[in-house]
Amino acid sequence: MKTISEHILDIVQNSIRAKATLIEIIVEEDKKNDLYTLIIRDNGCGMDKTTLEQATGAFFTSRNTRKVGLGLALLKQNAEQCNGHLVLKSEVGKGTEVNAFFQLSNIDRPPLGDVWNSFYLCLLSEKQTEIKYRHKTENGVFEISSEEVKQALPGMPFSNKEIRNGIIELIKNNLTDIKATF
Amino acid sequence: MTKIKSLADLKKIRDEMQSKIKLRENSEHPEQTVQIKVGMATCGIASGAKETMSYFVEELEQQAIDAVVTQTGCMGFCYAEPTVEVTLPGKEPVVFGYVNKSKAEEIIEVYIKRGELVDGIIPLNFKTIDD
Repeated sequence: MKTISEHILDIVQNSIRAKATLIEIIVEEDKKNDLYTLIIRDNGCGMDKTTLEQATGAFFTSRNTRKVGLGLALLKQNAEQCNGHLVLKSEVGKGTEVNAFFQLSNIDRPPLGDVWNSFYLCLLSEKQTEIKYRHKTENGVFEISSEEVKQALPGMPFSNKEIRNGIIELIKNNLTDIKATF
Repeated sequence: MTKIKSLADLKKIRDEMQSKIKLRENSEHPEQTVQIKVGMATCGIASGAKETMSYFVEELEQQAIDAVVTQTGCMGFCYAEPTVEVTLPGKEPVVFGYVNKSKAEEIIEVYIKRGELVDGIIPLNFKTIDD
């Protein structure tokens, strides 16, 4: 994975498969402590202890279409390459939280990438699940929720060009305002 | 045009647009729309499924083809990612492999518009004479 936004798209799929109805994505840039944090939290089915231990392994997957499961493994590898680490918390029936920590100034830290496209594509595909995105820098916080967008645009097809550009521009402008690094 | 910064700005666009768009009648008849599923698991994303999906969304809207583009999980053809499943109205789903932008263009032009098959189909649900 080349960018954080691709990781987000990827890990969110796990949450969707866990039948989550709410997925929160949080990115925090902390210059003071030289820390870059990615948190993905869901209220899906969760994992038991043994599953949790195996989850970051490359050969663990809950699918039967293939024998490898690289999503969390790649995120872990990426975090560790940047002096960081990955913490997984999960409780059966309650949900899962993925915390990835990166060193902000590390040259290997993946850039954020086009997180607006990730959000938009999730919005387009997931009608049942609410997706929240929150980005925090020392200049402020930007939050967007798929429910808010849906309420603001009742009855409009999201695939419409103006609507698509509008949503993407909204995210881009706000992230630029809080001086997020892409 | 002013910068779009808040949901209120989005609402404005919606109000401007609403008069221009006649809401598609077909959206309530999924059997009449083209359905496209893009494989978006780790393997797909790593090989550029995000660009492929964005391209389909953009291009089909541009050409006013009634289609629903959604994400799906891994179909088990990781070697051929990005994979795309296209279901034309009233037809069996067909899975294409190695769908980059140029392949996506070909699929839209040749398969979706003209109904002719193109190279790169993954034989997934083929039937023999005996079936």
